[in-house]
Parts: sequence; structure tokens; C-alpha cells
Amino acid sequence: MTGTTTMIETVGLGRDFRVRDGVRRRTVTAVENLDLRIEAGEAVGYIGANGAGKSTTIKMLTGILVPTRGEVRTCGLRPVPDRRRLVRHVGVVFGQRSQLWWDLPVGESFRILAAIHGLTRDRERARTDELVERMEMADFLATPVRQLSLGQRMRAEVAAALLHSPRLVILDEPTIGLDVLSKQRLREFLIAERREHGTTLLLTTHDMGDVERLCDRILLIDRGQLAFDGTLAALARTVGAERTLTVDLAAPTPDLVGLPDVQHRSSEAGGLRQVLAFDAETTTAARVLAAVAERAEVVDLSIGEPDVEDVVRRVYAARR
Amino acid sequence: MAEVRARVRLASPEPGGDLRAYRAVLASRIRSQRSYRLGFSLDLGASLLVGVIELAEVWVLFHSVGELGGFTFGQMLLVFGLADLAFSVADLVFGHCDNLPTYLRAGTLDVFYLRPQPLLLQLITSDISLRRLARASVGLVALVAGLVVNDVDLGPRTITIVILALVSGVAIFAAMFVWAAGVQFFLVDGAEATNAFVYGGRYASSQPASVWSRPVLVLFGFFFPMTFAGFLPMLLLLDVAGPDWLPASLGWWAPAMALWTWTLALLSWRLGVRHYQGAGG
Repeated sequence: MTGTTTMIETVGLGRDFRVRDGVRRRTVTAVENLDLRIEAGEAVGYIGANGAGKSTTIKMLTGILVPTRGEVRTCGLRPVPDRRRLVRHVGVVFGQRSQLWWDLPVGESFRILAAIHGLTRDRERARTDELVERMEMADFLATPVRQLSLGQRMRAEVAAALLHSPRLVILDEPTIGLDVLSKQRLREFLIAERREHGTTLLLTTHDMGDVERLCDRILLIDRGQLAFDGTLAALARTVGAERTLTVDLAAPTPDLVGLPDVQHRSSEAGGLRQVLAFDAETTTAARVLAAVAERAEVVDLSIGEPDVEDVVRRVYAARR
Repeated sequence: MAEVRARVRLASPEPGGDLRAYRAVLASRIRSQRSYRLGFSLDLGASLLVGVIELAEVWVLFHSVGELGGFTFGQMLLVFGLADLAFSVADLVFGHCDNLPTYLRAGTLDVFYLRPQPLLLQLITSDISLRRLARASVGLVALVAGLVVNDVDLGPRTITIVILALVSGVAIFAAMFVWAAGVQFFLVDGAEATNAFVYGGRYASSQPASVWSRPVLVLFGFFFPMTFAGFLPMLLLLDVAGPDWLPASLGWWAPAMALWTWTLALLSWRLGVRHYQGAGG
């Protein structure tokens, strides 16, 4: 297994579920013919609508579900038969399922997990100290898990999954429900963790900020099939995702139409606030702003990035 | 079956490693139960009360009818003591296997998959209910009282039978908990159904098997062999011949029956896990 640089490899991976539909039973295909290859050190965003097959894929990668079809290797191992060996190299955070003991202090949960993963006392201490410092957990290390805020709990969950220094980290919706500061802190930690340990990262998210800050590569899944594999910029290019410029003007102004490479989206308050859309490939925010300034006095502005939902919607629409 | 073999082969890299893991979890559970002193005392008290009431139930029954199925209260005290002590110890260590439906709903089981220990051992060591010690003490008192009342000679034969009965009894009841947990994978809300066998079996084990109807006998006599935990060892201890179809000498087969129940339990668990990975999720 050492020497391998491919962290995840699937060939023709597929998974069906038998569901009861009233009295009849029918088969639903959750994942179909999935070919993935993720190399060591990559950071990959795995995106798609709810029910597109993301969680099913992750469960097959980690040995929780047996594939219906195809081959899967994680860290060079077969997830189901080699599960116990595999989990020594993989750390997983399932957004909604806690690894921690709700009635115990965070620090004690870490101690138990260290025993579960068979860390030596020295390694346990060094790694715990590192994680506590990096994620600023010292203040709530003695607090029972059930009393933590969502942001604190999520940091503790991520730390719990990374305690045994896994080579592959899989995060399912790690930033869901977090405030801006908590998200920021978590992302910075993950970036540092990758930089220092060369950890491979696979994360599912609905948050464009996660993808932009953390991922070099995006896999987009639609109805169980891979719909896109490439960089975020390439994805935005493919679907023509637009950025928006919202300007607040000094005086009510007629709709700003006819600017080069810009579409007028909407106006509010008699034209005091206008929303313009542009394609990042053909023009820049600065050029659009300059064009607007020629027609009206700009008081304030904000720029909107294409969000994951929007990109996913566009990809899905194009495929149907 | 290839998968089964692979799992067995892949032992932990450091032999003592898994023990440390189980110990760490259990120690934390014990600390956490004892940290709420009032709640823990109340739990112990309630548990004790239930045990005493169940013993009283047997007493009331025999007080009004004198004897049942050819057995006296003194003899049944011995049956109750053996069976209830065995059940309480099994319940103490394996009882929380009943939590599996909760774990399945909350997705906690998926978390077990992310840890390098076997799933079943993780489930068994995920908790321990110290309050059940109170129940065990009722069983122990009944057993000692039973030995005294019946004037049993405490020779090597008696000690052998008691140890054989208790060890096999604990194993049989523990296997019932594991069997029931395996079945939960297939049933959406099936705890009630399996409880009928686990707790029904517990109740049956403290009654004289000589009054059982044929279906109950087949079920709790041999398929889930509860008779081997209380009734048969009592026959051996007191040198009573027993019914024709349940001779006392069968009691010596208790370890074999424990082995049979564990075969059943592990098969049920294996099928359940395979179902979870294969069809559920």
C-alpha cells in the first residue's frame, strides 16, 4: 500500500437501493457507472444537489455500503473487506452524525478516540496539542459536548476525525450552519493541515466559499452520474456562470442597459439600486464599474459570486 | 464468505491495542454514570425494586397454590436465583444491544464503521449499565437463599453445577441480546418483537418448565434454551429426576446449548450487518 499515490479509485462504481413503494418494491439507482481517480495531496470538492448520490459514494468509499456494481479502492484497499485497516488512514466527518460522546468533555472524547486508534501517549499528546492550538479549542476542552455551540462542536468533530493523522480526510458538509467566522477558522485550519501534512481532502458542500478556498478540483454529480470533473474556473466557464455587480447610485437613474458585455438584471427604488450581471471570462468588475460611473455617480457597490446551487442548476439544466 | 475470512485475518496490528480502546470507552461510561450521584442512586434503587417485585411475584404465586408443576417455592427460589443472576449479569454487559435501533436511526452505527474495531465488539463495549448490579444482587440473594432453604450440600459437585449453570446462563442470555440486535437490522420498529423472546425468555427461565406447554417448551427449552439457565441446574442440584421429556441429566449439556445460542446470535448479527451494508443505508 505504501508507494501508491492514488488515494481513491473507482471503476464503473454503482449502487442501487431497493425501496418499498406502497406494497411494490422498486429499485432506485443512487450511483451509476462512476469512474473517479483522486491522487494523494489533491483537494476535491464533491458537489451536487441533495439526493444526487454524494453520501452514497462516500459510504462506499469508507466501507459502510457494499457497491452493487464496479470496483472501488480507497488508499489502495478494498473498503468493505479491509475496513479495519482502511480506517487507520481515513478520517471522516459526517455533518449530522457525531463521533463525540455528548455527555463527556471534549478533551475526554479525544482521549478515548486516541485509545480507539491506538495512538501512543506521545503521539496523542503532540497531535492533541497541535489540533487544540490550531482550532483554538483550549477554552472549551473541559466543556461537555452537549453544551458546545455549533461552531465549537464542528471544530471538535473535525479534530476528532483528524486525531489519528489520516492521509485521506472526507468531510460531508463541514461548514453547514456555521457563522462566517467559524467557517473561516475551519477553512484556514484545513488549508494549514494540507500544507503541513499533505493530506488528501474530499469534501461535499453547498458553500461556494468552501470550494473556492479549499478545492483545486471539482467533481459534480447528477442523478448518480459524474457530470463534471475539473477546476472551478473551468466549471464556471462551461456553464457560463455569471457574477453580479450591485450598485447604489446617488440619484434615481434609468435602467443601465447597453453597457458592453453586461446585462441589466433588475432595478429597485426607481433605479437607485441596480443589479448588473457579467461573465468573468469576457470582462472584469473594474471595467463594468467604470462603464457605470460614466453614466451615474456610484455611492456603494457589492459583487456577487456564482453560488454552487446556481452552477449545479445550470449544469443540470444543460443535461436535461 | 471471503469477506468474513478477511475480517478475521485482519487482527489489530498491536495485540493489546483493541483492549485499550474498549477499556477507555467503558471507563468513561462508568465515570459518567457515577458523576450524577443522585440519579445513579435512584437508578440503583429502582432497579432493586423491580428485582424484588419479580421475586415477590414468584412468592405470591406459590403462596396461593402451594406447589406448581410438582415444585415448591423453595425449589423455585433456586431456579429464580440462578436464572435471574445469569440474566442480570448478561443484561449488565450486553443489555444496551437493545439500543441498536436508536443507533441505526441516529446514524451512530456509521461512526462505528470508521473505527478499527469489529462492529459487534464496539456495540457491546459502547456502554455498561451499572444500575443493573442491583438486579444481580437480588438474583444472588435468591440463589444463596435457595441453596440454604433446600439444604444443599456445598460440595464440589454443587459448586461445579452452580458455576456451570451461571456461566452457561450468562452466555445464553447474552447471546439472546446479540441475536435480537442482529434481527433489528431487518425490522424498522422491531424491538417489541424481539423483546418478546429476550424478556419473555427471562421470565420463562424463572418458572418451572414442567408446566410449560409443548410450543413454549420447544421455544424456550431448546431453541432459546432458557431451561438450561435455571430449571435443569436446579434438578441437578436437588437430585430431582424431572419430567420424562426433560430429564435432569440434560443439565450437563448447558455449555453445548450456550455454544448453540452463540452460533445463532453470530449468524443473526452477520446477516444483519450484511443486510445493512447491502440493502439498507
